[in-house]
Amino acid sequence: MAGITKRFPGVVANKDIAFKVRRGTVHALCGENGAGKSTLMKILYGVQRPDEGTITIEGNRVDLHSPADAIKVGIGMVFQHFMLADNLTVLENVVLGAEKLHGIGGAARTEIKRISKEYGLRVNPDDLVADLGVGDRQRVEILKVLYRGARILILDEPTAVLVPQEVEELFGNLRELKAEGLTVLFISHKLDEVLSVADDITVIRRGTTVATVDPKTVNARQLAELMVGSELPTPETAESTVTDRIVMRLTDITLAGGEGRNLLTDVDLDIHAGEVVGIAGVEGNGQAELVEVIMGMREPTAGRVFLGDTDISDWGVREIREAGVGYIPEDRHRHGLLLEAPLWENRILGHQTEAPNVKGQLIDAKAAKADTERIVKEYDVRTPSIFVTAGSLSGGNQQKLIVGREMSHNPKVLVASHPTRGVDVGAQSSIWDLIRKARHEGLGVLLISADLEELIGLSDTIKVILRGRLTGEFDPDHVTSQDLGAAMTGADGSHDEHPSDTTGAAR
Amino acid sequence: MKLDPKRALMTLAAPVLALLIAVVLTSLVLFALGDPVRDVWITMLSAPKPRQITNIVNGAIVLYLSAIAVAVGFRMNLFNIGVDGQYRVAAFAAAIFAGQGWLPGFLNIIVAILIAMLAGGLWASIAAYLKVKRGVSEVISTIMLNAIATGVVAWLLNKVAVKVKGSNATNTQEIPESSQLEGFKLIPGANNRIYTLLILAIIVGFLYWFILGKTRFGFDLRATGRSETAAVASGVKVPRMVMTSMIASGALAGLVGMPLLFGLDHSYGTTFQAGLGFAGIGIALLGRNHPVGIALAALLWSYLDTQSNALQIRAGVAPELVNIIQGIILFAIVIAYELVRRADIRLEQSKVAKELAAQRAVRTPEGAQA
Repeated sequence: MAGITKRFPGVVANKDIAFKVRRGTVHALCGENGAGKSTLMKILYGVQRPDEGTITIEGNRVDLHSPADAIKVGIGMVFQHFMLADNLTVLENVVLGAEKLHGIGGAARTEIKRISKEYGLRVNPDDLVADLGVGDRQRVEILKVLYRGARILILDEPTAVLVPQEVEELFGNLRELKAEGLTVLFISHKLDEVLSVADDITVIRRGTTVATVDPKTVNARQLAELMVGSELPTPETAESTVTDRIVMRLTDITLAGGEGRNLLTDVDLDIHAGEVVGIAGVEGNGQAELVEVIMGMREPTAGRVFLGDTDISDWGVREIREAGVGYIPEDRHRHGLLLEAPLWENRILGHQTEAPNVKGQLIDAKAAKADTERIVKEYDVRTPSIFVTAGSLSGGNQQKLIVGREMSHNPKVLVASHPTRGVDVGAQSSIWDLIRKARHEGLGVLLISADLEELIGLSDTIKVILRGRLTGEFDPDHVTSQDLGAAMTGADGSHDEHPSDTTGAAR
Repeated sequence: MKLDPKRALMTLAAPVLALLIAVVLTSLVLFALGDPVRDVWITMLSAPKPRQITNIVNGAIVLYLSAIAVAVGFRMNLFNIGVDGQYRVAAFAAAIFAGQGWLPGFLNIIVAILIAMLAGGLWASIAAYLKVKRGVSEVISTIMLNAIATGVVAWLLNKVAVKVKGSNATNTQEIPESSQLEGFKLIPGANNRIYTLLILAIIVGFLYWFILGKTRFGFDLRATGRSETAAVASGVKVPRMVMTSMIASGALAGLVGMPLLFGLDHSYGTTFQAGLGFAGIGIALLGRNHPVGIALAALLWSYLDTQSNALQIRAGVAPELVNIIQGIILFAIVIAYELVRRADIRLEQSKVAKELAAQRAVRTPEGAQA
């Protein structure tokens, strides 16, 4: 019963990390993003190799060169973003790449059923993955790992994509796994969850382990202070600044999807100056599409978008951004940045036609660089210079650069999609501050987030999106995460008026 | 300001390494076939005579134009494999026009060059249209269009060819003498001349650098190449960008045949140099899409081509050997660049982390910022 010891001194992202995980426990690893959790995970899973330090499993020192090695010694990883092929069944997904274990037919099916039953995963091998919900998919991922014989499971931010009810379910599964003698390494920065499910908690800060604590003896605030090394910020807004001036109005926005199913149906939305409108919803319920319609990346099938009094429905992305719609994209790596370009070129991105970036048809590199310096200073982007590539910055600093860039063009409306996702607590609170400040100055903000606490704390109005419809409106002062969670999954009955939505075209 | 000696060294190391690998592997091939390894390298590396230097530069001019045409596509992740077809269609069109001699001397050249660009651009626009409207990969369509170009040009050439008595060459009408470019005597001791259209190559190189590096259009184009999704979100209309850059690439490809047409052949015919488009792909890769890098790569390519001519006589080895060398250089360079690129990213990430850690050590605890 030696447990595991791991030490990785010398790595830039991780230094002198040392902790032990007891077998048959749920061990939580928490730290703000950018603290080095993901690097550590990659090391544990053999994706990257530590410069120094050792990993010991059950008393044996192991050397992991690749994920295959990790699987061999019984380490399995469940990634935050699922790696499943939608058009295959659960069975096919599970056996993919592990055909040698139990074949691809009956034996594999039996094995999947056995695992599913043993750990209470309720997975049916013949379901098509495309038909499964997020929680189900996650259980398939867990099963996939177990099927490959893992005894130690690493779950990377498993609750990020789940609603509260699903989180509870996941935790039930984890307890089941634990009871069967498996070890779970649970990575999260959501403190309440960590406290409720973990047997031990190791806190990482700035790439190094700060402490391992017993969840029974600490509370969330103490834990957070360990994580940040200072006080925990809260997303609460002060007095309301909502005015009755509408800065953006969406009327009857409908967006047809590929298979007769609408991605968005009759979305009506008003954003007033000085108002933060929060959109709550389980991922994949039309939030991304809503943003794309507003930003002009997609043409709605029906409905209009107004910026102030101007109808911008037919405008292109560039015109819309020039007209004063700031955009913080959901996936900053794909939509917000050129990772291989220097920071000052990234400062130009999205504002290629606006001062100070250009003079006529020419790029004004000098002014753009000077302005990047200003953003770096004002928005506290931690970087050695503005000539390093955006990809070399941490997530939080990338996001601060994006926020700084968008705010530098005096937007009237800010569309913020998961603005603090994958961002450390320090950057999170400064981004919240910026949104609050912007709101105070009369900006209308559309805030899309999976972080219910953030939504409740920042928004003046919260709307729930479910299957492409705005199904509910809540007052953030009187709503709990549980209420929102229920509305987001449709468990509150709000979606009953359209029972056939999933199959037939709406209307 | 950001010149890091370590990184500069790595950038240089890659092509040098690739060359060395090419030398070693080629030697192995020669050795295995029982060919005289030493003689081959003595021939290849012997100092070129002034006349050959002129040939090297002339070859490089043409290759340079071809590679720049390819590089325009590369910078936005478009693989214009069709430069080969585009320049032949263009050279043919320009030769027909210039051969008529409707316009006086110099004007005739300018208009013919514009016609070449138009023809190359039009030919490329077929692939661009298919990609934008139908989602056809430009790789496939341009390869097909190369084959079609070969057929169409050969067929049309037969229709318009001027029969010269006592020769079975098939050529378009020769351009009037007033529109033939004599060339510059730049290399001392050489009795042959450098193409006048060296000027064209220099202008094109400069414009390539300027437009891509300094203009809004260039920024949009490079952004699209680096990340299409980010470009879309930033307001770039990607389909239009694909259309524009593909046509621009084709128009530049149209220039490839111009130095040959006005400086050497004076007509388009069956003997007109072929395969320049494919060489351009390799040279653009080798030169890392950089206007100066491409110039160096084009010179190297042309040097190898020229030096290989003597192989048969001096070493008894077929000059096609040079294709093996060039091929290996390309393979090695692509691998080396990718390795350098990755190492570069790693290096920078660790450098940034290190510098930030150093900053932190001086600063007060950062939580105070929050």
